[in-house]
Amino acid sequence: MRYLPFSARHLFLAPLALLMATPLIWMLITSIEKPDEARHFPPVLIPSGIDWHNYTAAVDSVPFGAWYLNSVIVCAVVVLSNLVFCSLAAYAFARIHFFGSNLLFIVLLATLMVPFQVILIPTFLIVRHLGLIDSLGALIAPNLVNAFGIFMLRQFFRTLPVELEEAARIDGCSRLGVLVKIVLPLSAPALSTLALIMLLWTWNDFLWPLVAINTQSHMTLQVGLSTFQGMHQTQWTILMAGNVLGLAPMVIAFILAQRSFVRSIAASGLKG
Amino acid sequence: MRFLRSDHVSGWLFVLPATLLLVAFQLVPIGWGALLSLQHNDLVTSPHWVGLANYKALSHDPTFRRSIHNTIEYTLLFVPISIILSLAVAVALSKPVRFISLYRTGVFIPVAVSTVATAIIFNWLLDPTYGLANWFLNEIGIPSQGFFTNPDQAMYGIVAMTVWGWVGFDVIIYLAALQGIPQELLEAAAIDGASRWATFRSVTLPLLGPATLFLVVWSTINALQLFDEIYNTTRGGPLGATTVVVYYLYQQAFQFFEAGYAAAIAYVLFIAILVITVIQFAISRKTVHYTS
Repeated sequence: MRYLPFSARHLFLAPLALLMATPLIWMLITSIEKPDEARHFPPVLIPSGIDWHNYTAAVDSVPFGAWYLNSVIVCAVVVLSNLVFCSLAAYAFARIHFFGSNLLFIVLLATLMVPFQVILIPTFLIVRHLGLIDSLGALIAPNLVNAFGIFMLRQFFRTLPVELEEAARIDGCSRLGVLVKIVLPLSAPALSTLALIMLLWTWNDFLWPLVAINTQSHMTLQVGLSTFQGMHQTQWTILMAGNVLGLAPMVIAFILAQRSFVRSIAASGLKG
Repeated sequence: MRFLRSDHVSGWLFVLPATLLLVAFQLVPIGWGALLSLQHNDLVTSPHWVGLANYKALSHDPTFRRSIHNTIEYTLLFVPISIILSLAVAVALSKPVRFISLYRTGVFIPVAVSTVATAIIFNWLLDPTYGLANWFLNEIGIPSQGFFTNPDQAMYGIVAMTVWGWVGFDVIIYLAALQGIPQELLEAAAIDGASRWATFRSVTLPLLGPATLFLVVWSTINALQLFDEIYNTTRGGPLGATTVVVYYLYQQAFQFFEAGYAAAIAYVLFIAILVITVIQFAISRKTVHYTS
């Protein structure tokens, strides 16, 4: 890339980037400080040494491993099922003329207008009735499919050239065969966008897991972190170490795949 | 004819799983929520019908009124601050200056930080005794502040924290929109002798209209539903200064077990969001222009 010569933009961007990074840097510094260094004012900006005890104390006090695993399981199932069910429905809405398709599409899409709080309590009652409260099933079942995914994929499928699909149909390929062999391979950008958006949503979801899960070992990372904070109120060094462990997976994933994340957010935002 | 029929069948088979799931976990709960709001329901004993009593009680509930006031205050601060700041950052980041990728990563990373983790960090940053924020204020000659412990400041702390968490998302949207602006338009304006500020006001800003509309609508909807950051910092305090509508709803449903009352709050929120969104789109008809 060719850079422009020194620009006044730096005078705005450099302090801004520093300001944005400060909370995270300060969290990292605190996480390796000794407790009495954190309980000091003015703050000790450069710790005397690296104290890993905060991390071992954090890991010993709560089941981080189980929380990671729970979050990973919930995200994996929710992302995969959304890809499957949203693709199927989106393809039918995009290409197949069937009785009631327009009305059904509008009704399903309308669910996006309703804030989650409206369905929070009824969903709680339904999930409790199904015997899923306090299990990962409570976090998975209501999120297996999402109207946003259907809408997004339908819009994308409609941009694909229909001739390919018609040719395959004439050659005797079934509808499902057309979807799996022709449409989906052409839809990698849309599918990865949906997967990343669902991953971010599901990973960071808080209110529903807070309501649906009570047992510590069944919690996802976000609810776990919230509980962890309650246990270590002002033990800032341990709290920051735990927080580093909590936010690390998604931050690392984001840094490694920044382009994909940014493209997905831009695509979903502009179309949604 | 057979072909036509098989299309109806295959169409419905394709949408069946998604439809059944959305009926069970979206449509039924939406209807049920409306019925719940007409009940006294403590989530345990069998509910009974109370008509519009929950809504009547809401209209006289001072805490609910306070929560609406707090939510509006938060939204009116958060939406303009986050969007104007993001616009400035996006414009600054849109040219390939040196360290651009470093700057971008710095601005984007909070997008990947969950609301809970953000809250935990800001509890520490804004700690009145040992927090980094007070150290900085002292350095520039301002005395230490109470932040989340001060009823007059807590909401500003929440705004600052959520702006930090959201700016990256808004900047991503604006950067994508800026890339879509044809270079010829900007060059034409420059040739016509327009200053950079005039070009920005008369060319760039109008072309960013659709992105701005999306961000205003989306940020407003999210601001009205603020919960995570409140739950993990102030819990509505101090003295109710940050009790927002959804936090109050949560308390009613899952701490006081007034699920019918909470369902009524949810429906009031739903209608409010709907009305506000419609108004925003109506205003946008006069102010936002789409080019294709």
